[in-house]
Amino acid sequence: MTSVTEHPPLAAQTPPAKARTPLVRLLFGDALSALLTLLALGLILALLPALDWAILDAVWRTEDPDACRQGGACWAYVHDKARLILFGIYPPDQHWRPLLVIGLILAMVLASLSPRLWGARLLAIWGLSLLAMLGLMQGGFLGLPLVPTSQWGGLPVTLLLAVLSLGIGFPFAVALALGRRSALPVPRLVSVGLIELVRGLPLVGVLFVASILLPLLLPEGWTIDKLGRTLAALTVFAAVYLAEVIRGGLQGVDKGQGEAAQALGIPFWKTIWHIILPQAIQKVIPPLTNTAIIMVKNTSLVMIVGVFDMLGAGRAAAADPAWPAPYTETYLFVALMYFLICIAISLYSRWLEQTVKNRSHS
Amino acid sequence: MLRTLWYSTRVRNWLFQIALLGGLAALVAWIVGNTLTNLAARGIRTGFEFLSRPARFPISESVLAYDSADTYGWAFVVGIGNTVFVSALTILLASLLGFAVALARGMGNPLLSALAGAYVTLMRNMPLIVQLLFWYALATTAFPPARQALNPLPGVYLSQRGIHLPALAFEGIAVLVLVALAAGVAAALGRRRFLGRGGLLWPLGAALAAGLALSLLRGSAPSLDMPLLVGLNFRGGLHLTPEFAALMIGLVLYTAAFISEIIRGGIEAISRGQWEAGRALGLTRRQILRHVIVPQALRIIIPPLTSQYLSTVKNTTLALAVGYPELGLVVGTVINQSGQAIESILIMLAVFLSISVSVSLFMNWYNARVALVVR
Repeated sequence: MTSVTEHPPLAAQTPPAKARTPLVRLLFGDALSALLTLLALGLILALLPALDWAILDAVWRTEDPDACRQGGACWAYVHDKARLILFGIYPPDQHWRPLLVIGLILAMVLASLSPRLWGARLLAIWGLSLLAMLGLMQGGFLGLPLVPTSQWGGLPVTLLLAVLSLGIGFPFAVALALGRRSALPVPRLVSVGLIELVRGLPLVGVLFVASILLPLLLPEGWTIDKLGRTLAALTVFAAVYLAEVIRGGLQGVDKGQGEAAQALGIPFWKTIWHIILPQAIQKVIPPLTNTAIIMVKNTSLVMIVGVFDMLGAGRAAAADPAWPAPYTETYLFVALMYFLICIAISLYSRWLEQTVKNRSHS
Repeated sequence: MLRTLWYSTRVRNWLFQIALLGGLAALVAWIVGNTLTNLAARGIRTGFEFLSRPARFPISESVLAYDSADTYGWAFVVGIGNTVFVSALTILLASLLGFAVALARGMGNPLLSALAGAYVTLMRNMPLIVQLLFWYALATTAFPPARQALNPLPGVYLSQRGIHLPALAFEGIAVLVLVALAAGVAAALGRRRFLGRGGLLWPLGAALAAGLALSLLRGSAPSLDMPLLVGLNFRGGLHLTPEFAALMIGLVLYTAAFISEIIRGGIEAISRGQWEAGRALGLTRRQILRHVIVPQALRIIIPPLTSQYLSTVKNTTLALAVGYPELGLVVGTVINQSGQAIESILIMLAVFLSISVSVSLFMNWYNARVALVVR
């Protein structure tokens, strides 16, 4: 609905500065806003008991679990069990290893924040460092005791599942998106079928398939452990959702770009890799980071098939009979961890969008 | 000759497609072969005849009547019934709440819109399953046992056993009211169809009033069935189990946050010029909203709303974390009981695929109705 009539120069079009309405007028200016303000105040008042429970009546530090039976929140328990929630049943004397893995992931994420550094080299470093992290968690060499994946748990599992499922899923997603847009019937039908099939299923269903059916589908002797199977399910799930996002980006790239590349004699895959994909992905940065947030949240579902991610480890920690069933506190703590991760991703997304936009305009 | 063939796009495309198809067929054959060998090696029976065997496990609550003597097949149907019930109720309530939150953010009251914004940010950045478990933990640990149940409103009791509410006793009058409502809907749709325009509100209201008046005339006024503490538990009234209450609270609060963002995005996407043009024509704010903004915003809102509804249906499977017996939990139990994993999972996948397909078909039809007609 944009008109193509001539506009006066932009500067002349900016509206006169808005007169700032005083806050009191905004809050109590007329009957309706006064009513709404009262409604908001009422909501806040209704939330006060929760604040009371969480802060004023809370037990912050204690060695004695019975001190927590007074009715307030028991943060002392979270303090006491933080290691169990963050690292699961990983052998306690080896906790420096998962801690190092968390540090490495954070360092890698920080190192890849700036789009200037993106490229094949960064991808290779990511691949190597992920392999190093998996090796560090697993051990069994250089005098590191072997820790089987059944003992991995907590935050490193959550982070590794999220990063690996998105990372491994991404190339598949690109292939699926290209297949869906292909003029050839076979790749198109295969991609559409796969994407729509998995998107029509709940993740719980995909996890069931991976954890219960996968051993039946593979030959005798090909054992994939539980963590690997859940990772496979998450990867398939991430791939189809990423594929739909990337397809959106591909649709936004001008057809002339591909045609120009063809006219210059650039081979198909080089056209895709150097010309189409960079433009397509730049267009879909916000939905891509949205998918990343969704996948981080989705990793919490692996608890259902018995993998000790942060949520599963928290649940196991809260089952300790010495403490008065502090499930509420555990879930709040776990929720806070997820909240911090997700909000960081969405802030980054906003910054990235701005940076990319500024660069393409300058 | 061969060289030209190798560089011919058509030949290359054909070769590529044949290779892809052949590879896929080989993969499928390999998987099916493995499965058959594995099943034979482990002595697992396959086939759907187990559906007619008695299930022999309890289902804690259900919309459809169920007894542990019923068959596996019926247990699946009961699970599907619960899934559909929870999905429909969540979609309805979350749409209403989401609309209210979108309004709260757009009304220009800074306090209310900050509150609504905080709510949306909080809900969207925490996994649903953590929220469900949190509400369930709250429902089972924060409330007193049934004997000392909290009683915030007359007839409403909160305890570890869940929520007990007064129930409207629908006997006799329910039928009348339903018939009146159906007649009202038919009349309203007919009026729309043949006269072109007409609201749905008036005929519906009139029909409802007529139904109520009729039932009052016949002397069967709606009565309240209050819950009563008898011994250690409540009798009568409407009982929401902690599982159901936690599931509904969690699902509705989570889904409403997403819906409110979709609605807000749709309304904000309409350019300011539309408002200004409406005002220039002398329309009131309400009229602009109803005749100019909403019809255009709907077109933007419907596609993302469809996928939100679809993910809501899929999200109900998380109920198995809090122990509400929807399809996912029933499937898990059936696998444990009967060992028929392949068949049970296939049933679950088939059900969700058909729900997804039917919701998308319906929403596509609705979308085509509201879409811009370019002449």
